[in-house]
Amino acid sequence: MTKTAATPTGELTTMAVVAGETIVLDPRGAMFVPEHDLLAVSDLHLEKGSSLARRGMLVPPYDTAATLARLAAIIAQYRPRIVVSLGDSFHDGGGSARLPDAYRSDLSGLMAGRDWFWVAGNHDPEPPEGVAGHTVREIAVGSLVFRHEPSPKPVPGEVAGHLHPCARIVQRGRSVRRRCFASDGSRVILPAFGAYTGSLNVLDRAYRGLFEWERFFAYMLGNDRTFPIARSLLRPG
Amino acid sequence: MSEKPRLKPETTPAALPRPFLKWFADRGWAPRAHQLALLASAQAGHSVLLIAPTGAGKTLAGFLPSLVELAERPKRKPGQTHCGVHTLYISPLKALAVDIERNLGKPVDEIGLPLTIETRTGDTPAHKRQRQKLAPPDILLTTPEQLALLIASPDAGRFFADLRFVVLDELHSLVTSKRGHLLALGLARLRRFVPGLRTIGLSATVADPDALRRWLVPQDPPGDMAELITVLGGARPIITILDSDDRVPWAGHSARYAIPEVYQAIRRHRTTLLFVNTRSQAELLFQELWRVNDDNLPIALHHGSLDVAQRRRVEKAMESNALRAIVATSTLDLGIDWGDVDLVVHVGAPKGASRLAQRIGRANHRMDEPSRAILVPANRFEVLECRAALEASTAGAQDTPPLVEGALDVLAQHVMGSACGAPFDADELFEEVRTAAPYAQLDRDTFERVVDFVATGGYALRSYERFARIRRTKDGRWRVSHPRYAQQYRLNVGTIVEAPELTVRYVRAGRGVVSRGGPVLGKIEEYFLETLAHGDTFIFAGKVLRFEGIRDNEAFVSNAAGSDAKVPSYGGGKFPLSTYLADEVRGMLADPDRWQALPAQVADWLRLQRDKSVLPKRGDLLVETFPRGNRFYMVAYPFEGRLAHQTLGMLLTRRLERAGARPLGFVATDYSLGIWGLEDLGRIFTKGKPSLGALFDEDMLGDDLDAWLDDSWMLKRTFRNCALVSGLIEKRHPGQEKTGRQVTVSADLIYDVLRSHEPDHILLRATRAEAAAGLLDVSRLADMLSRIRGRIMHKALDHISPLAVPIMLEIGRESVNGEANDTLLGEAADSLIEEAAA
Repeated sequence: MTKTAATPTGELTTMAVVAGETIVLDPRGAMFVPEHDLLAVSDLHLEKGSSLARRGMLVPPYDTAATLARLAAIIAQYRPRIVVSLGDSFHDGGGSARLPDAYRSDLSGLMAGRDWFWVAGNHDPEPPEGVAGHTVREIAVGSLVFRHEPSPKPVPGEVAGHLHPCARIVQRGRSVRRRCFASDGSRVILPAFGAYTGSLNVLDRAYRGLFEWERFFAYMLGNDRTFPIARSLLRPG
Repeated sequence: MSEKPRLKPETTPAALPRPFLKWFADRGWAPRAHQLALLASAQAGHSVLLIAPTGAGKTLAGFLPSLVELAERPKRKPGQTHCGVHTLYISPLKALAVDIERNLGKPVDEIGLPLTIETRTGDTPAHKRQRQKLAPPDILLTTPEQLALLIASPDAGRFFADLRFVVLDELHSLVTSKRGHLLALGLARLRRFVPGLRTIGLSATVADPDALRRWLVPQDPPGDMAELITVLGGARPIITILDSDDRVPWAGHSARYAIPEVYQAIRRHRTTLLFVNTRSQAELLFQELWRVNDDNLPIALHHGSLDVAQRRRVEKAMESNALRAIVATSTLDLGIDWGDVDLVVHVGAPKGASRLAQRIGRANHRMDEPSRAILVPANRFEVLECRAALEASTAGAQDTPPLVEGALDVLAQHVMGSACGAPFDADELFEEVRTAAPYAQLDRDTFERVVDFVATGGYALRSYERFARIRRTKDGRWRVSHPRYAQQYRLNVGTIVEAPELTVRYVRAGRGVVSRGGPVLGKIEEYFLETLAHGDTFIFAGKVLRFEGIRDNEAFVSNAAGSDAKVPSYGGGKFPLSTYLADEVRGMLADPDRWQALPAQVADWLRLQRDKSVLPKRGDLLVETFPRGNRFYMVAYPFEGRLAHQTLGMLLTRRLERAGARPLGFVATDYSLGIWGLEDLGRIFTKGKPSLGALFDEDMLGDDLDAWLDDSWMLKRTFRNCALVSGLIEKRHPGQEKTGRQVTVSADLIYDVLRSHEPDHILLRATRAEAAAGLLDVSRLADMLSRIRGRIMHKALDHISPLAVPIMLEIGRESVNGEANDTLLGEAADSLIEEAAA
């Protein structure tokens, strides 16, 4: 179920109900659960830039700064009591060790005064070095359960990442591709949050068996709001 | 034949060795004056630019100094080491290198010269390349990319130690692109290996020969030039404009109205070459010709998206004169010798006088016989343009584009290549680079930033020192820090970045499942294929095809039954109208005496415009405003080409938005620009809120341009090119081939991050410079704005004027712009809400 509501400031907020819990789908790629005062983001891939640089692709070293700045703005707005980073928070095992000091203290600032959970991902199975927070395999809150990789069989209330969902539509002869939340009302997969993360179309075979398509929506990220798009309008590629 | 070789007086006449004289005599020929002049000049130690029309024996002239020197070279004794390459021939096309191997081989055999000629291109097998390094041929025929690879190898100095000549074919075409920049840097390096190296440039006629002459020699001192030998054109071409009984359309590019006459012209000639400007026009024209081809004439299609094997088949058929007509794009512009073409038909406007001359030169390769050409304008403005081009041809006017300064992303590639060859000293490399004409103005600070970029990315946040790709060693030289970086460089060398493309594969339409394994038809840009849905039809490779789906990097298509089809609207090959022709068209509009040369219906159109509205004076800008439906329109006629108009349209709509005119959109053609909105634009201008003078003020190129530019998709696309060419991201990584999409995504993301964190990064500077010169055509827009200051003529009308009809017909045909905006997402989301409410 999807609804769009206007805030007092006139902004449109897109909400969905997953396993009975109402969730807010922020167009910057984060999910907020008002009931539990919980904010979830997935696939931050911090220090992906320096990971590429190690292999000779000297891409700008500002991705961590960009990702943290976006996260800081969202945290400042929602002021969550709990933050869940749904895995692949660092691009590789050495990522947390490479984190420049300035970013490390930015991150500590964000974590101060709230419960912070690092869900283990395939890129970062070990707890991050020199960073606070609890590292967990998965965590359950209310009727929601947060883990990195979506389970192959439908699990009501599962909130996952890993797949970096995006969707594409063609409207008036033009193609628009955006990152998206993917949900059928039973489970939700979050878009990748990191500044350098690519994405995979929700119609790819990797998503096979995960959703009931007749109730599926791709919540595509716009500049100011999230757009729920039905399965029938989605295109592969 | 009118030849005018210009020589320095002190140059001694060339001596042609006896076997050469005999060869000429045996065939009843004599060496041509320019061939001897070039030989003499080269023998005197000079570099030379030869400007000559096709059919003047340019190729033989270019190689004559090498052949003579090689003929007189003492034989290699057994056991003596192999000589290095003596002559390097570089052409823009692989096919041209192959063609020259054949054409040059013949006289070499007949004269009995003991020398070896070989090609080296991307298609040359690895074992042959390896062998070429150990036992180099005397004459090596290759491309700019292969030269870059050769000089980036550690044994380059030895390989080129015996080099005497570099022959550069189709120089006019090479120098205007980034490939030309790469080549210029490569030449500078060759000159370091061989200080007395002579270059011989072969070129079609250009507007500014001196720029090419400087390009051929080291700019040390700046301004040095190669010798110039000019062969004037042979017989003047006979050009006519198709005068159809049918109505010339107001707008569009198909020229469908002229098909019967074009077909008759094909029937009357042996072999007709039909040129068009875009690949989609080629597909359309090909379809239309076959629709009326009652005689079943062999008519073929040739353009850059078609599968290579298919193109080669067409070329073979052309050589053996098995074809009566070939529909082609610019892929056949350059000088490969094809069979007996006796007619060139140019469908659509030629866009430039020099371009037209070069295309017409494809007909009839004997320079003393006139080439024949028919111009087929597709709409009324194109009639004016064709007329202007025809008159330019008679006057021998040239309008090739001016050369631009060397691109910094190319320089970055060269710096990395230099390090791959041998450790370099920054001072020496800087001096060497500045001898290349495109980089003669390069300042030391910029150079340092480029070297820094190659080493560590050149970021203000210096966090990548430990990952440096090149490092300064104790002796102060820069050295590659790991062999794998040299390997990465070799895989990614070159400056040609294609839009992401998918292979188009033919399959049988199955029942739900498509069968794999049909033939490959060619490649189409991904962004076009992405707009297709299963079952959509389009024309490609001369067939009407049905889109079945995309899997991995392939698009599957099947035979479509009907003839109703979309056409690939891929962008390649859209040249803007040249400044020269634009000025001529403005002149023609302003001067009723010149209308007599135009078809009656076009002259009537202009008369009607004069009566209903006004025709601007040559230097003036006419802006018409009128209401239509529930909207208000303004149409301006700058004639500055589509790219400059598009940029102008973007900037004007921003300004009109601020002025409260509520603009809704705009459309740009080569000739005019139309903007529409919800407020009465005529009233706004009459009341001066703002005035047209203020609206068109040059200050729009300041903040407005910057603000719009940074967000524009054009800048993102250009950044992707610069990132690939400079080596920031890779086209290919050892062991894996990236698909275009992966590169596009990451380049866009990188662009966003870099722009917000380090907006003056060297790569963003390179990107803005390239976009300003290319997709945006800012300099032309700037010239126009300063030209029309105080000369804008506003005509407020009650309804549409005759001159405005063509652009009004374009509205809705072209999408307004390429920004992927949220509006479309909103529509898709809303349609769902409506559905739910129903």
